[in-house]
Amino acid sequence: MEELLNNQWIVIPLRIIIVVGFVLAAVPVLTWVERRVLALMQIRKGPNRVGPAGLLQPVADGIKLFFKEDVLPERVDRFIYFLAPAGFLIPVLCAPAVIPWGSDDRLTPIADVNIGILFLLAMTSLTVYGIVLAGWSSNNKYSLLGGLRASAQTISYELAMGLSIISVVLLTGSLSMRDMVLNQQGSLGLLNWHVFRFFPLGLIATGIFLIAMLAETNRAPFDLPEAETELIAGYHTEYSSMKFAMFFMGEYASMVTISAVMVTLFFGGWLSPLPFAPFTWIPGPLWFLMKLGVFIYFFIWVRATLPRLRYDMLMKLGWLRLLPTALVNLFLVAIVLWWQK
Amino acid sequence: MFGQILFITMALVIVVTSIGVVAVRNPVRSALNLVANFFALAVLYLFLYAQFVAAVQIIVYAGAIMVLFLFTIMLLNLGSPSELSERGDLKRPVTWGLALLFVIVLAGGIFVRLGEAQPTADDLGTVQMVGKFLFTDWVYPFELTSILLLIAIVGAIVMAKRRL
Repeated sequence: MEELLNNQWIVIPLRIIIVVGFVLAAVPVLTWVERRVLALMQIRKGPNRVGPAGLLQPVADGIKLFFKEDVLPERVDRFIYFLAPAGFLIPVLCAPAVIPWGSDDRLTPIADVNIGILFLLAMTSLTVYGIVLAGWSSNNKYSLLGGLRASAQTISYELAMGLSIISVVLLTGSLSMRDMVLNQQGSLGLLNWHVFRFFPLGLIATGIFLIAMLAETNRAPFDLPEAETELIAGYHTEYSSMKFAMFFMGEYASMVTISAVMVTLFFGGWLSPLPFAPFTWIPGPLWFLMKLGVFIYFFIWVRATLPRLRYDMLMKLGWLRLLPTALVNLFLVAIVLWWQK
Repeated sequence: MFGQILFITMALVIVVTSIGVVAVRNPVRSALNLVANFFALAVLYLFLYAQFVAAVQIIVYAGAIMVLFLFTIMLLNLGSPSELSERGDLKRPVTWGLALLFVIVLAGGIFVRLGEAQPTADDLGTVQMVGKFLFTDWVYPFELTSILLLIAIVGAIVMAKRRL
């Protein structure tokens, strides 16, 4: 076992299978969880007919999508129309490559690069291409509007998100995701996490990241790019069958990825919240998954709670509220760090 | 061995997409060629141990600037470039002349001066080194650039407000 884990040719493919496999396997489960939780919150039943408690519903949905007719609209740019779904899904699957799940660095992350967080930002900034190109190549005005909204939204909220990440980089003094988790280790347990660091500065940075992450993944209340009531379904209106499924998978996979980033940056990654006996028996990856689950639940909870923002409100919130707050917060974090020195 | 295969592949991608940028008639595809080009270039930066430069190449150029380019192309809804070209202008001969000049300079650089070139330190492109140089030796140009960008932002807002 030890020997196998030290063999590069075995361990690197294994890491890729673990990470990509987990993200892809989480997607069908998530669709079921989302529908059940939404139903619970709205006092409905939700899918409960296929399999025990409706657990096989995602399988049925998958089979249906697979056998659906693949419609190609007239006069589309075929190459770009086919490229767009892959251009959306692939960066989303690449992004979690730098996130560590546990203290054992042989299994995850796929690569502990010294620019970890920059790699993540690079990958998430590439997802917007898939959306914009899908909107443009569909030759449909609603799709185009959805694509344009998505790109404007992503660019606007990336700034606030980046600034809240920089405060974590300042605290850690490194761009590696592993160093960021190790920096949150300490005798105080969860009080050492970045979210509670320099109260309330860490909390503000976390809040900004929380709002920006909803906008980045195009989830409610920031789901303007696919607002059903205005744009039919936005950029994926003209897509059907597996090409639609790729957009769908991409959206859920990016929820998993960005929640994992949230856990790693602010909530101590694989560290246990209380650093003494019964809690430290639970292995790190399990803590990581539990924290991940909390944020996935948060996504669904927000969707069931908040109404969609109007477009001008979205831009105002991003540029006039979040960005200045993030800048001042970053400045204060820098001052406190300098004063501590 | 593996590195060499990857390098040659990326170099080929860069050459093909660079030609694609100017040769393709559809402006959106042309922009996409440029994105692929930036991406392959970022991989070449990784070969030089310049991780920071590679990441910034993707975040800034591929992730932000090219998105704005695409945005503009889509909003303007440009047709085929033939609609844009004018008759009897000097653009074509001047372009060829400049291209020829560029090839001469490049060939001169490669064949005459390449033997004298020295490899730089391995860690020149890391975050630490870039940061150190920006805030010590190059701090004045760095700060001046930020003022230049600020002027550009203010200018853009003033120009846009006049039309609103």
